[in-house]
Amino acid sequence: MSDVHDEFLAEAQEIIEALSRDLLFLDQAQKEGNVQPDLINEVFRGVHTLKGIAGMFGFQTLSAMAHTLEDLLDDLRLGRVDLSQEVLDVLFEGVEGFQRLLGEGADEEAVDVKDFAQSIERVSKKREGGEVTLEDLDLDESVLAVLTEYEEHRLRTNLSQGTPLYRLRVRFSLTTIDSNLEELKERAKSVAEIITYLPSVGGGDGDEIDLDVLLASDIPAIELGEVLAAGGEAELERIGRKGVGPETSHEALMPPPLEDESPGRPMPTSRPPAPVDTTPPERGAPAPQKDISADALSLRSVANTVRVDIRKLDHLMNVVGELAIVRSAVARITEKIRAREELRQLAIELHRVNRGFERHLEELQEGILDVRMVPLGQLFDKLARIIRQVAREHDKEVRLLVTGAETEVDKLIVEELSDPLMHLIRNAIDHGIESPKVRELAGKPSEGILSLNAYQKGNHVVLEIEDDGAGMNEELLVQAALRKGLIAQEAADEITAQDALELIFMPGFSTRSAITDLSGRGVGMDVVKTNINRLGGVVDVWSEHGSGTKFTITLPVTLAIISALLVRVAGRDFAIPITSVQEAILLDRAAVRTVEGREVISLRGSTLPLCRLDRLFRLLPVQSDRRFVVVCAVGQRRVGFVVDALDGQQDIVIKALGKSLSNVRGFAGATDLGDQRVALVLDAPGLLEEVLRSQELQQLGIEAHE
Amino acid sequence: MRAFVRAALEEELGAEVMEAESGLRALRSLPAESFDLVVVDVNMPDLNGLELVSFMRKHERHASTPILLISTEAAARDREKGIALGANGFLSKPFTPDALCERARALIEGSDSG
Repeated sequence: MSDVHDEFLAEAQEIIEALSRDLLFLDQAQKEGNVQPDLINEVFRGVHTLKGIAGMFGFQTLSAMAHTLEDLLDDLRLGRVDLSQEVLDVLFEGVEGFQRLLGEGADEEAVDVKDFAQSIERVSKKREGGEVTLEDLDLDESVLAVLTEYEEHRLRTNLSQGTPLYRLRVRFSLTTIDSNLEELKERAKSVAEIITYLPSVGGGDGDEIDLDVLLASDIPAIELGEVLAAGGEAELERIGRKGVGPETSHEALMPPPLEDESPGRPMPTSRPPAPVDTTPPERGAPAPQKDISADALSLRSVANTVRVDIRKLDHLMNVVGELAIVRSAVARITEKIRAREELRQLAIELHRVNRGFERHLEELQEGILDVRMVPLGQLFDKLARIIRQVAREHDKEVRLLVTGAETEVDKLIVEELSDPLMHLIRNAIDHGIESPKVRELAGKPSEGILSLNAYQKGNHVVLEIEDDGAGMNEELLVQAALRKGLIAQEAADEITAQDALELIFMPGFSTRSAITDLSGRGVGMDVVKTNINRLGGVVDVWSEHGSGTKFTITLPVTLAIISALLVRVAGRDFAIPITSVQEAILLDRAAVRTVEGREVISLRGSTLPLCRLDRLFRLLPVQSDRRFVVVCAVGQRRVGFVVDALDGQQDIVIKALGKSLSNVRGFAGATDLGDQRVALVLDAPGLLEEVLRSQELQQLGIEAHE
Repeated sequence: MRAFVRAALEEELGAEVMEAESGLRALRSLPAESFDLVVVDVNMPDLNGLELVSFMRKHERHASTPILLISTEAAARDREKGIALGANGFLSKPFTPDALCERARALIEGSDSG
């Protein structure tokens, strides 16, 4: 695929993401009965741009679809069609369609445009009266009577573009009116379009005159007021629409300051600022057509950002790793030089230079890591769309609460998290949150709460997905597991509440006899767990019957560099990601017991199964008086890996093992330790899972077939 | 445009012409002066002509001062509004000096007799 093509895809993806975010805001606003015209216009502009670039790159279906959607949006922004939930459904459907058309391997037939056009037709019930009319504006008839056609047009245009209109009341002395006016114009120049001046007779003595200045401005009212008043006396009033509720605010400007009128956003995820036309609107001359400038801007994109393929960053990271090896090679050579008396001074200099090199290398590494970080908000926005859709499909009322959307995680992790999170969320709505009726019967508010919380905790990012739904019934879980032969009766008898909950992560587990279309996409909770483990993360579950369920996912901040515990087993180096390590202890040989053919030790009162890595990897054991146990944990489960020696902690860059070794299990990759030593990096969660599973299978008397 | 109107009125009618560069400037001189005729372009900087007409009609001194509104051919709605607000006549751009003077004379005489 060509670069230009990639560029298009990235650009389109960005637009679609922004669209879906704006639609969610619109959805919330519509429910609250407070639809912001600028938001509709934002969506319109996005679709308009998408249509343009799709056409340019030959994506005919996408372009055609955007075109039909654009028509609907045009009607919406000009007030010809009212924004309803049905209309929003179609808008969301459109965004889904765009996404499908851009998806990997999608062809032009991925979406039936005719079908879509019909959906649009269905909701485009045009309102009587047609266009945006100024009569709707809360303006006096006497004002409308003196507006020229052009001024009316400017008002209408601003109105349809969603630019708020204001009336600024100023009092000028007749003798200084010229200079006063010039000053006002100068101040307004960059922040507002002055549409007209309306003199009002009054003022009494004739030396002064009150002027009502009609203007349109996109900047918050409070700011606008400050700029225009500039310490003088002025009164700014938002011109609302008749019968659209208490949108007008009428407050004296100086003092007290006006309230910011920007609407409260329904979610704490931040909406990035819309591209702003940096050229100040020319007054007098026709104002710049925003649609056109939006196109131009979007193609130039936001001037000071670049999009980079994550693989390129991976490559850079590898180069940094190579440089680190060069550095230690130089250090070794320096040592050799130092040994020669006559070159001692040279060696000291070289050493100093090499230290500087090392420092910059670290900076470079940190810089690359930083570039890879993206806020989780991106993912949350996508999820919010799905939540809305799923909730509507299942007639459930769900309110999404998001915190920590600004928390940053490695881009790769965010991408890999998408599917597991989606599954958890579908589950929460499908199985967790009850229908409004059931909730009311249970004495809960009909609207269920789904919370997505993210926060950083040391080197980890914690993600919580919590619902206040029905919760899980442990007994039912155990019964289901028994029925499916996943656990033995004896195990079931002694199972703890927490272990019962963990049953949902077992392969082949599903509490419902019929898998609904929601959760059943061929993935179960076991896949969710596996995916998260693969990211070096763990997932824990908490649930209380009747009051809700919470999944807590703990993830490393980045995959590119991890902190690892270096160990030696049978004379070889291995690295264990520190995220999985709980502690390392000296192995007390006398304390090892054998339970059902398995070595275990007792660790602070609980039983810890052991796994001898030399045996596991079929390496020739070396004689050693002292061995260590590295206690690794995944969620609630623990295994002690027995190693010969501990070799300290080190930040490592994991490199993939390559295609030919991709089937080898138990390893996350290899790493260069910098002094010509290579260590295999253990896939601790995977390994642990496997060890425990084979143990369980043994307990059940089933031959381990792995 | 102003120079053109001024020249026509001075030469053809021998009128004494006072000029205002913008609607607001006109607004400033209006309260203190009396005129036989005020020629107003709809599209002026700042204050538009319609606003000026409206303002004059609310002002006692200019409640009946004849007003000639100048507008473009296309802006029929502006003309209608102007008349509704109290302008006495209108002239579409482009016009000849003769046409202007004819309309001006008619308006001045009309107000004299009425």
